[in-house]
Amino acid sequence: MRALPVGDDALLVEVSSGEEAQALHAELLRRRAEGSLTVREIVPAARTVLLDGLTDPARVASDLAASQVPPAPPRARDVVELPVRYDGPDLVDVAAHWGVPPHEVARIHADTEFSVAFCGFAPGFGYLTGLPPRYDVPRRATPRTAVPAGAVALAGPYTGVYPRSSPGGWQLIGTTDTVLWDHTRVPAALLSPGTRVRFVPVGSS
Amino acid sequence: MTDRALCVVRAGALTTVQDLGRAGHAHLGVPRSGALDGPAAALVNRLVGNAPEAAVLETTLNGCAVRPRSTVTAAVGGAPCRVTVDGRPVAWGAPVRVPAGALLDVGAAVSGVRSYVAVSGGITVEPVLGSRSTDLLSGLGPPPLTDGAVLPLGTPTRLHARVDVTPQPAPPAELVLRVTPGPRDDWFTPEAVRVFTSRAYRVSPASNRIGLRTDGPALERALTRELPSEGVVLGAVQVPPDGRPVVFLADHPTTGGYPVIAVVPAADLPAAAQAVPGTPIRFVAVRRR
Repeated sequence: MRALPVGDDALLVEVSSGEEAQALHAELLRRRAEGSLTVREIVPAARTVLLDGLTDPARVASDLAASQVPPAPPRARDVVELPVRYDGPDLVDVAAHWGVPPHEVARIHADTEFSVAFCGFAPGFGYLTGLPPRYDVPRRATPRTAVPAGAVALAGPYTGVYPRSSPGGWQLIGTTDTVLWDHTRVPAALLSPGTRVRFVPVGSS
Repeated sequence: MTDRALCVVRAGALTTVQDLGRAGHAHLGVPRSGALDGPAAALVNRLVGNAPEAAVLETTLNGCAVRPRSTVTAAVGGAPCRVTVDGRPVAWGAPVRVPAGALLDVGAAVSGVRSYVAVSGGITVEPVLGSRSTDLLSGLGPPPLTDGAVLPLGTPTRLHARVDVTPQPAPPAELVLRVTPGPRDDWFTPEAVRVFTSRAYRVSPASNRIGLRTDGPALERALTRELPSEGVVLGAVQVPPDGRPVVFLADHPTTGGYPVIAVVPAADLPAAAQAVPGTPIRFVAVRRR
């Protein structure tokens, strides 16, 4: 673990794996909840957790260096189920990358329990991990100018669901009608870091 | 019942509603947003007797014109500009009375980029996640103003300030931005780090509320592998593949996959918000405090 100073009042804490980042994120949330850490934003990402709005980043950095981060606690939260039609235009390409027939992509994907490693790109967009590394896929060589809201997509080790129509370079494998982001709802984001997710196939094709 | 609202007569190139922004939601991918020139927004609010969190209008280069349905006190600050009420010149940087139905015209910026318009009672569009700010990256908050739009106003709670004029910083002829190195300065060649803090850059016309883009020498990476997405802060100087540094402003994405070579302190960003395209920029390395 390495804490890199960011400006005058933030720290970027870098670890060596996505699992460690999720464990560190859980620990930092626990410290904030118990009152031992005062910080404006805790932003987990692929291999890092950003702490922004610290009054004494040097002290937080030395506290972190001196402490142990327990492995991520067993997740007590309910699983969010997202009904999905596996009808994406890149299903065949993904099947080719995986070396399986197209219908197997749906089965493998729907048999996986995901968790939200971090959010970004757009409000409500979660980077979901859970697939084994052999199912990593590259981004599309040419991004689409418009990916529809609800598109279920893969890139690298991640699965994501586009909360609204936007340009995007991920491989589209399906569609969900579930609303990922609704600012009039509490909470606005259906998925937040740590949320467990399952994709439930619904009739299509 | 009084009809407290503003009718937009001339929306201008880009006029948005802004307040203090919606910090605290970065972990959900929600940018902080808020007025780019915070001190200017705070000043015009104070001039009309509004609380600091009241929403104001932020114009871009060519101002805007609005017609209040009831008599209000307004103040214009930030980028200096000609201000008129029904065609008569009134003070910039001071509270002015705008009678019901009169036209408040905020002219083109004489210097600087963004003028701020506070109206007594504040603009009370529906807040989203605790803020009324327009976020141009993710589309949260009210849309940018359009001709004919109507914006609700709150009820004034305090009297306006009794001043004739207030000193405000002039928009920069040269933008000097302090930077603290890192977190990813080691992803660049030592030569690139030297170039960044010693050569002249200019404000690019492609700048917006998301970032101050620059024209100038490209910064060469020492590490060319892909950087896994990581959280980024306001003022982060990110270097995309073209090598030209981008200073992240209020509507910046909350995570990014290009290395951040340095960070500009928040105190220097209001000047960045007022630097017109072509303004020379110097990045000056400073020690972390």
